[in-house]
Amino acid sequence: MSGLTMPKADEATMSRRSDIVAALRTIVPGEGVVDVTNEMRAFETDGLTAYRQLPLVVVLPQTVQQVSRVLQYCHENNVKVVPRGSGTSLSGGALPLEDAVLLVMSRFNRILEIDYPNRAAVVQPGVTNLGITKAVEHEGFYYAPDPSSQIACSIGGNVAENAGGVHCLKYGLTANNVLGLEMVLITGEVVRLGGKHLDSEGYDLLGLMTGSEGLLAVVTEVSVRILQKPTTARALMIGFPTSEEAGQCVADVIAAGIIPGGMEMMDRPAIHAAEDFVHAGYPLDVEALLIVELDGPVVEVDHLINMVEAIGRRNGATTCVVSQSEEERMAFWAGRKAAFPAVGRISPDYLCMDGTIPRKELPKVLAGMRELSDKYGLRVANVFHAGDGNLHPLILYDANIPEELHKAEDFGADILRLCVKVGGVLTGEHGVGVEKRDLMPEMFNEADLNQQIRVKCAFDDKHLLNPGKVFPQLRRCAELGRMHVHRGQVPFPDIPRF
Amino acid sequence: MTTITPTTENEIVEAVQWALAEQAPVEVIGYGSKRDLGRPLQTEHTIALSGYAGVTLYEPDELVLSARAGTPMAELETLVAENGQAFQFEPMDYGPLLGQPAGQGSLGGLLATNLCGPRRLKAGSARDHVLGVRVVSGRGELFKSGGRVVKNVTGYDLSKGMANSWGTLGIATEITFKVLPTPETETTLVIRGLADDEAARAMAIAMGSSGEVAAAAHLPGNVAGRVIDGALNGAASTLLRVEGFAPSVADRAGMLKGLLATAGEVDALPQETSRRLWREVRDVIPFADATERPVWRVSMVPMQAYKLVASLRMGAAVDAFYDWQGGLVWLRMEGDPEAEAVRALIRTYGGGHATLVRAPASVRAALPVFEPQPAPLAALSKRLKQQFDPSGILNPGRMVAGV
Repeated sequence: MSGLTMPKADEATMSRRSDIVAALRTIVPGEGVVDVTNEMRAFETDGLTAYRQLPLVVVLPQTVQQVSRVLQYCHENNVKVVPRGSGTSLSGGALPLEDAVLLVMSRFNRILEIDYPNRAAVVQPGVTNLGITKAVEHEGFYYAPDPSSQIACSIGGNVAENAGGVHCLKYGLTANNVLGLEMVLITGEVVRLGGKHLDSEGYDLLGLMTGSEGLLAVVTEVSVRILQKPTTARALMIGFPTSEEAGQCVADVIAAGIIPGGMEMMDRPAIHAAEDFVHAGYPLDVEALLIVELDGPVVEVDHLINMVEAIGRRNGATTCVVSQSEEERMAFWAGRKAAFPAVGRISPDYLCMDGTIPRKELPKVLAGMRELSDKYGLRVANVFHAGDGNLHPLILYDANIPEELHKAEDFGADILRLCVKVGGVLTGEHGVGVEKRDLMPEMFNEADLNQQIRVKCAFDDKHLLNPGKVFPQLRRCAELGRMHVHRGQVPFPDIPRF
Repeated sequence: MTTITPTTENEIVEAVQWALAEQAPVEVIGYGSKRDLGRPLQTEHTIALSGYAGVTLYEPDELVLSARAGTPMAELETLVAENGQAFQFEPMDYGPLLGQPAGQGSLGGLLATNLCGPRRLKAGSARDHVLGVRVVSGRGELFKSGGRVVKNVTGYDLSKGMANSWGTLGIATEITFKVLPTPETETTLVIRGLADDEAARAMAIAMGSSGEVAAAAHLPGNVAGRVIDGALNGAASTLLRVEGFAPSVADRAGMLKGLLATAGEVDALPQETSRRLWREVRDVIPFADATERPVWRVSMVPMQAYKLVASLRMGAAVDAFYDWQGGLVWLRMEGDPEAEAVRALIRTYGGGHATLVRAPASVRAALPVFEPQPAPLAALSKRLKQQFDPSGILNPGRMVAGV
């Protein structure tokens, strides 16, 4: 691990390990408790593979009651808990801790109810994102958010990370597609939020839970909206001599009232890497390539394809190809979808960043990245969810060269600082986790972070759930709870006079 | 009785700090247009955000708008409309239902009550469109959350946390929303004469088709006469809005007509009528009768909601109409709100929640206006309130007694 400090492991907990294992075995019988080092190896990392850590013990409950009893036990005995779905987090959200129980939800893998007339599915959190779509597609339905790991990532993890994907420009993020949750608090209490109906009364705890990165509660059931699959989809592949022109094309498409199903941009290094890898037919003489997908009724898609093509040409496109068949559409996407492995071919290792910026700042940020690339002597390739301003710079490095990971991480941090500086944010869809934890103060001041931690305190006042993630420093709830205002020390001690 | 009207963010901080120092609970309002919603307050002082208004950022190309909490919604809707844009979640206006003029609400009130409209079932509500907030908590501390970009998972989403919090957690001073282009054209398909259960089935078929229906409502016969100057002729009317680019609207409307042919005869309303009709459905115009007769807003699973109405009708005089594919029921009671009966039936028919949106103040003080929560959830909500407003000075008891 380079430079990352995790909370100091609690020796007292580690010395009680055999007691903890025994207690967990009384709650989850059989193979549901894993304490052998070799078997725990499978869980030592998530999608952020630069970091590895064996957990104290792994527990794989099968029922809500087991989850509740495990959490209650841990709460009563001050044992930390790291929840985990499929372990595909790209920010280290499911990275185990040496002194924490790793609570793996993969055995919660059943689809509980599919309700077509009310367009809802109720599933257990270990069901994969794609698994929901697979269960309803024979009726022409699907679940809209589609993170690129959708074949493996679990819906519970999607809730924890507020997962997005290529299609969230039009269909929204996880937060916009989840109707209800059942969750277990660290005390073992089971709480339901929402349901198959819309909204719930009271505070928007569903909104707070979505994207909370496993720090607030453990999700045991998810109700999601399912949608009718669009009748058809076609894509355009539009090449531009400059990223400015490509950026203007994106702005003009949106301004015309068109919300494409997907709108992706790649820069020259990404185009070349992808083309060399999958031979998608990408033009190699352009600086920026847009893939714009329109979906919906055939009539609408045809109408919009013409509009987008005209907008592209007006903005100086040098190539503009419209898919004429499903095969051709898939070919356009093949390069974009293979961008990460393609970059993996031209570099031993790469770091994937995830900032979001106001779209108009793209040329400035790309220029800034080129300067940083020179400064650090590392290459960078960019793929970009252009419609919503979510950048994925891929920083190329070689872990076998001493200090190069460290250099790549510094480069990445500088890119994210640049994103924040132009009005953007540290992470658009991958989460803060451990990866961007120490950058949080770039975006938030102490008061901002304290109020977020106070939300944590309302759910988990002992900071037992997933500690060491998201917040650079977890201040004690009692300390944060103190009030600092006293009579006589405020500006208007008397009658208000505004 | 003092009303504090701060004109800068710093004055809002100072006002809350003053209230804290005095341990004086305050009512928080914009212009007071929703004072008759929720539980009535008994506070000596009021903080009115009406003096803290104005757009701070509007970039139509970036689909983003920031404004101070006291900015009137009427002003914002005019501004974005001039640029061919709108708040896609179609925020309703409670004014007419509550016997007040329309167009009196503020942006802060919109977020605090999580407004939405008929497009809720496709586009979500205020909480789905808010991108960032600046807030003064009940601790008298200013904090921010979110930002100005659509895709953002940096830290907890306290912007959503402020939605539907009724001013009990903090005072949002400045709010950033996503805005979107207004659909180029729209039409509404009307199916006549369906009973409530038949309408629910027809709407489920339409919503489950590729027709991309952007609103689905059902007005029973006794309600249908009270919109668009009686132009629906008082026949039960099931309404499906189709919107978007003209060729697509024509195509989808045609498809839906075919799909629903067996349900009944399908007419299409022209654009202007359609727009007016949905505004009136949105603002519950059929029950805007200048009375205080109790009105419930009930959210349930669409295929169950009509059963609640049928059961209620057996025991009480009830007027009802449906939005959101039938899942949102607006219920007007003749006399007693029948709170226990309404809520028991919701539990019988698949769950959901009921809000008593109109009733005399004495009734709203005595009955739970919002759906009562199970103990662990109520306790969690209370802990959240304490983390934001430990002294309980902001709108105490607005949602739940003691919170």
